[in-house]
Amino acid sequence: MKNKSLVSISDFTREEHIRILDLAGDFERRPRQKILEDYVVATLFFEPSTRTRLSFESAATRLGARVIGFSEPGSSSVQKGESLRDTIRTVSNYADIIVMRHPREGSARFASEVSRVPVINAGDGSNQHPTQTLLDLYSIRKTQGTLNNLNIAFVGDLKYGRTVHSLTMALCNYNTTFHLVSPAELKLPSSVKVHIKERQLAYHQYTELQDVISKVDILYMTRIQKERFQDPMEYEKVKNSYILRNSMLEEGKPNLRILHPLPRVNEITYDVDDNPKAYYFTQALNGVFVRQALLAAILGVVE
Amino acid sequence: MEKTDYRKELKVSAIENGSVIDHIPVHSVYHVLRILNLTEYNDQLLIGNHLESRKMGRKGIIKVSNKFFKSDEINKIALVAPTATLIVIKNFEVTQKKQVEIPARVEKIVKCFNPNCITNHEEVSTFFDVINKEDLKLRCHYCEKITAKDNMTFK
Repeated sequence: MKNKSLVSISDFTREEHIRILDLAGDFERRPRQKILEDYVVATLFFEPSTRTRLSFESAATRLGARVIGFSEPGSSSVQKGESLRDTIRTVSNYADIIVMRHPREGSARFASEVSRVPVINAGDGSNQHPTQTLLDLYSIRKTQGTLNNLNIAFVGDLKYGRTVHSLTMALCNYNTTFHLVSPAELKLPSSVKVHIKERQLAYHQYTELQDVISKVDILYMTRIQKERFQDPMEYEKVKNSYILRNSMLEEGKPNLRILHPLPRVNEITYDVDDNPKAYYFTQALNGVFVRQALLAAILGVVE
Repeated sequence: MEKTDYRKELKVSAIENGSVIDHIPVHSVYHVLRILNLTEYNDQLLIGNHLESRKMGRKGIIKVSNKFFKSDEINKIALVAPTATLIVIKNFEVTQKKQVEIPARVEKIVKCFNPNCITNHEEVSTFFDVINKEDLKLRCHYCEKITAKDNMTFK
């Protein structure tokens, strides 16, 4: 993985994914290791994303690296009209690795081609967010003890959610049974389903959240955004059907865990937070360990 | 096809040596010229359009003197002119005839349909993998979205 950019989840092999998860486990046990003391990590956020940026900066800082960059394009030369090409070329002279978030799809791939140093994609528009996928895999493996043969439900906006798309593709390597819960307007697109079908894995589609709770090991919740509906009436009709309440979890299996990429709005009520099945805040913490693993592996300081 | 037949049908003069691109759909002739960089060509170039064709009703034809196309060069036009045939002429004789084929990868000539794709905002050449040749579908190397026949435009 040394010097390899991570733009799309499929840039790394299944074995490389597992290696990252194993390394992340090491960092969870010993989060403070000053193995990147001589390194500079650039975090270039062409659109704000506080959570992802802080998670990367925390990961870099815990490893002793120095962090440079910007958290919104207003505070950079982008505002003066500099092209992405020039920004990346310049910054790749100053840093050993670039972490970037950009509102346009394909920007991270382009940056990886013009950069002298490896690029980690922290989200390119609606396209890819591979570090989220890796932290999701880490959270699933940690709570279930394995990635193999699990029953996993995705709930909410399965049409536009890039998190769901990338994680679905990654889980196709592990004989997953998929349970897809969404309103008819927001079903998983056929471009993603084709991966499930190629592997001849089972998938079931539902419109009622309650129908899957007793069946699954992981309940992956996502937010349904009003602006995704052409007809506002349709949104009003479905908006309360995909809200998870604590009372609904009684029939869940003992090993059931609830994941959510965060931020949540109202799709998980606060009374779920104290349920031992709620895992979304720990999931966010796992993001730091996974990003430590990625920085260390790509910079080549661990094998 | 025999030599005499070939000459009898000629609406556009024969060339001595070079390439004939035949059976071009009438609306694609200018695309083909552009894709093959023939607008700047410095030798004899003969263009016919809306010519009668038994196969197609109407067709376009381009004859390029002293130019011999490599397969991956000529195959670029398959996206706009899937019916096109390439005929190689040496000493006024047809020495080779072949149908163009849709290539596995498409560079530069197609615009990504996704308005939010980086290729529509920075100076960067487009690059696609052809994921379906029959029902033409191209996956953008950058944004990973799929440009299909219906929303395909050319640069």
